[in-house]
Amino acid sequence: MGSRASTLLREEEIEEIKKETGFSHSQITRLYSRFTSLDKGENGTLSREDFQRIPELAINPLGDRIINAFFPEGEDQVNFRGFMRTLAHFRPIEDNEKNKPVSEPLNSRTNKLLFAFRLYDLDRDDKISRDELLQVLRMMVGVNISDEQLGSIADRTIQEADTNGDNSISFNEFIKVLEKVDVEQKMSIRFLH
Amino acid sequence: MDDLWPVAVGVFQAWMFVVVFFIMLPAMCGLSLGVTSVYIQILVKILEWATLRIQRGRQEQPSVPVPLPNGIIERAGGSMEEEMAPAGAEFSLSDALFFYKEGVESIVDDQVTQRFSSEELASWNLLTRTNHNFRYISLRLTVIWGLGVCVRYGVLFPLRITLTVIGLSWLVIGTTLVGFLPESSVKTWLSELVHVTCYRICARGLSATVHYHNRDNRPQKGGICVSNHTTPIDVVILANDGCYAMVGQVHGGLMGVLQRSMVRSCPHVWFERSEMRDRHAVTNRLRAHVAAKNKLPILIFPEGTCINNTSVMMFKKGSFEIGGTIHPVAIKYDPRFGDAFWNSSKYNMVSYLLRMMTSWAIVVNVWYLPPMTIQEGEDAAQFANRVKSAVAHRGGLLDLDWDGGLKRGKVKDSLKEEQQKKYSSIITGQSDHDSSSLTT
Repeated sequence: MGSRASTLLREEEIEEIKKETGFSHSQITRLYSRFTSLDKGENGTLSREDFQRIPELAINPLGDRIINAFFPEGEDQVNFRGFMRTLAHFRPIEDNEKNKPVSEPLNSRTNKLLFAFRLYDLDRDDKISRDELLQVLRMMVGVNISDEQLGSIADRTIQEADTNGDNSISFNEFIKVLEKVDVEQKMSIRFLH
Repeated sequence: MDDLWPVAVGVFQAWMFVVVFFIMLPAMCGLSLGVTSVYIQILVKILEWATLRIQRGRQEQPSVPVPLPNGIIERAGGSMEEEMAPAGAEFSLSDALFFYKEGVESIVDDQVTQRFSSEELASWNLLTRTNHNFRYISLRLTVIWGLGVCVRYGVLFPLRITLTVIGLSWLVIGTTLVGFLPESSVKTWLSELVHVTCYRICARGLSATVHYHNRDNRPQKGGICVSNHTTPIDVVILANDGCYAMVGQVHGGLMGVLQRSMVRSCPHVWFERSEMRDRHAVTNRLRAHVAAKNKLPILIFPEGTCINNTSVMMFKKGSFEIGGTIHPVAIKYDPRFGDAFWNSSKYNMVSYLLRMMTSWAIVVNVWYLPPMTIQEGEDAAQFANRVKSAVAHRGGLLDLDWDGGLKRGKVKDSLKEEQQKKYSSIITGQSDHDSSSLTT
């Protein structure tokens, strides 16, 4: 049971996470108890398997890509700090944060979009190539659409987005395509207070 | 030192006298002296007071988190079609955002894995084990909690242990003796008597207060009783109000001893682990049992595992292939008095029972639902689903389509393929709405 969960989280640590992510004190303790319940190895970090044990995530066509977003390049463990940093991207944008000029918060529109962009950018070279798009498309549709049809979907998508003619989608081109999309709503989760 | 012995013996005798004459004998006859109900009323008063005090404490110390029994996020809940529709029936780069959000939501708070751990309470019930973020709130609250510990461990616990030991030995001895009698109506009657009295004593041993609703729908002979499953105590709760033939796997240890003695007097259906895999053989044995109309109704928990008293998970279709009338039962424990859920991956049977016996009490509602039979054109899986929904609705539990087997096993690939199929049909513009059997 999570009864001892909150005692392991030091007060200073909570303050630091609060500052970095914008989550409230009680949201942090709650997410910590969720984190510890996912941590079956009980070593203070989550592995890919810990995530895959969530059935709803396991049936998500992009499950593996989403799990990947929690892990820094080349690492296979994520601690609570890193876990919270990724989740912070999904906080809704609050009004008082919008006109804060200092550093850009993790949940800004641009950061949300960058996160979505990385979902497609498999090799992290800041470009979505035709091949990468095809691979992600294949994850989403499974065996239900033919190679040919999927190829033409990928071609069309790149054609529409590509403005500099390099046959791939850069982050700026990605922003342009999603200009009219309500990213704020589609990439925000309502965490209760 | 020599004077201590007679005193100890005297105390023990007085103790046993109280237990036997004031609890056991009335219990065996199904009578109540009303002590439990007074105890429960006092408890309710104390818990109400504690709730108010905690709420006040929370206003004074804002860092004490408010428990959220319904999850820590509020889901948007739009279906795939709704979310994708504005983009038209073509692929758009923003489609991935839908899966992304859903995925992260499930990481923060999912429907399934939570059902296999203790439920979170709306307010603290003065048991440290059920409070996730125990904080010092007030002196009076702490004193009451301390008194509670003394009462639970000092008075209730020894009392309950005594009763349970008497009850279980009575069951083993009684059923073994009855087992020697030749097959006759007297044997059946005696066997039922032994079972019912044993369960009544055991129920007292857990301070169980059971409210039965719609008793005229009680399962009849030759039928199958299906119920949601929270704990092995479900059996004691149901058997307090009638006899059942039980179905299950042969266990080892304490459970094994009980099972072996029970089967001598009464036709329970126990399977070896190897036999359990052969579904065909299982169904045949159960079918034979049901066909003999004079045998006790079979009791089955079709979820196949214990769920934490908040929801009903998929009913396995096996029990619904046997045929015969299904008598659904909904069981809902009152979580304020103790967490009845058996988290079998964390606690073994004995330590679970010790936890139950040191909790406040077990207060539980049992609803007998009207009998149901398979309808024309309905297959076993659909029928199972219909019964499950009825049980969930009656018990005020969440109706989930997920398989309780996910507690230990992995999710089937076919469910992911279903999602992919659904998405494919959206972007190719041939949406069909009938294939969505799993709504998340």
